[in-house]
Amino acid sequence: MEAYILSLVVFGALNVMLALGLNMISGFCGQISLGHAAFYGTGAYAAALLSISGLPFAASLALGALVAGALGLVVGFATLRVREDFLAITTMGVGFLFLGFVRKQEWLGGEFGVAQIPSPLSPLGFAVLAVGGALAMVALSLHLRRSWMGEVFRAVAADEDAASTLGVDTARYKLWAFVLGTACAGFAGGIYAHVTGLIVPDAFDFIQSVTILAMVVVGGIGSTWGVLAGAVLLTLMPELFRFVNDYKLLIYGALLLAVMRWSPSGLAGLAALVRRALRSSPA
Amino acid sequence: MFHLELLVVGLIWGAMYAMMALGLTLVYGLLRILHVAHAGVFALGAYAGVLTANATGSLWLAVPAAIGVAAAVGPLIYRFIYAPMLSRPPYVALIASIGLFIAMEDGFRLLFGPYGLPFDYNPWFVTTYSLGGISLNVVQIAMAVSTLVLAGAFGVFIAATRVGVAWRATVSDPQMAQSFGIDPVRVRYLNFAIGSAMAGAAGLLVGLLNNLVEPGMGAVVSYKGLAIIVLGGLGNVPGAVVASLILGVVESFGTVYLAAVLDRDAIAFAVLIAVLLIRPRGLFAPAR
Repeated sequence: MEAYILSLVVFGALNVMLALGLNMISGFCGQISLGHAAFYGTGAYAAALLSISGLPFAASLALGALVAGALGLVVGFATLRVREDFLAITTMGVGFLFLGFVRKQEWLGGEFGVAQIPSPLSPLGFAVLAVGGALAMVALSLHLRRSWMGEVFRAVAADEDAASTLGVDTARYKLWAFVLGTACAGFAGGIYAHVTGLIVPDAFDFIQSVTILAMVVVGGIGSTWGVLAGAVLLTLMPELFRFVNDYKLLIYGALLLAVMRWSPSGLAGLAALVRRALRSSPA
Repeated sequence: MFHLELLVVGLIWGAMYAMMALGLTLVYGLLRILHVAHAGVFALGAYAGVLTANATGSLWLAVPAAIGVAAAVGPLIYRFIYAPMLSRPPYVALIASIGLFIAMEDGFRLLFGPYGLPFDYNPWFVTTYSLGGISLNVVQIAMAVSTLVLAGAFGVFIAATRVGVAWRATVSDPQMAQSFGIDPVRVRYLNFAIGSAMAGAAGLLVGLLNNLVEPGMGAVVSYKGLAIIVLGGLGNVPGAVVASLILGVVESFGTVYLAAVLDRDAIAFAVLIAVLLIRPRGLFAPAR
């Protein structure tokens, strides 16, 4: 039971990191990405291989985040000229390209992935590390929102052309958003690889990318607290719906649809509605 | 000879992609929605077809069943899902569409089983003809022919009928079209009905070609369909057809020559990204 709860905590924290990272790209900076799992996978593979080659755990994690961030920079650079719907499809393509490439690489284990990744921490240790990482990212995300860079991200998200007319180097800030967001995913990937000890390409497929985006959107795109709540909720949901395990995906799809249909600004939007209602009603 | 065969098989797959991509690009051209759930309609058509064929023993009856069910469901998706979201940011409809597709896919799995349904009797699959030394079965020929017929009929419809003119007017300037008395909502229903009918036909043909209709059959086709309409210039109908054929051929050669580096499904996106690096708005100009 304890092991079950600890693993739930780890996966919840990993999802928080993934969702907050994507929220920096899609929420703060307005660049919808449908390929976030590719960077999660990149971090996982990089950290796993480095760890197996004998590098210390902490160094592997850091380098995993770095490699994912570097790939994010490359992808960001390649997609600078592509906007909106074109960008969504291109990033989706990056996800499929990642999968298609990894599956065919002998040195990455092909379809079977990488096994026997060392596990340097106890389950409790991993839980502390993951929660610590997630909290650090909440802090980073809150700080970013208030910083000058966050201000520019908002301008780019609202109207890229206007921002660039005002002298903002939009390309530079979009790249920053990509690097930060993908490095967060890479860090989460490194932890994931060491927690499970085994990674396969299919863990980083399109559904995983959609799941991360769903956490962002269900929580409320652009809102740090909303996204945090969305990630926790969607991690717990399959557990809560255990009794209907067979219908899990059906319910998941229907939930996405329902949130978009009736509350497109997510939990954060609902919370804002409630706050407003409370304020306007006489005490 | 081998290369000619690759080319022909590639063009036939490309024809199937075109049937799928036409509906996607029509929806995009009119509403600016990336209609991922189109893949659900594709699989739905295939299921309607296989159930009808196995119940009646007639493959010919499967054709109207697949097309009819798909054409009926498409407009319903517009009415109950997309129509209330049109004023929202584009990602809202996109994610709703992904959600709908996941739910449909899982619905098929729950209703008809995870391993799919084979056709009890599929003479089109086993009957082959040899054309200039290349052996093709009836399903492959039907794929090529039906794409030619459907795309041709659609072209005539768009160019020469009153409804077609109303449609083009609505795509290029919805408000102006409305001032001239065109009902944009009716055009949208028609749009979804025609696009979905083609997806249903494509689904049935792919089901016949694999002799199996399974829950996940729409997924890869739909993602590739999105890549195709981006390549063709979003909303550009002839562009989508050309991009479909190009992709079919590139994939067919790629599975032979790139097999060591990439799997088949990644080739479409490698091509997409390579093209977008050079031409960020696709091979051809987007609509509007």
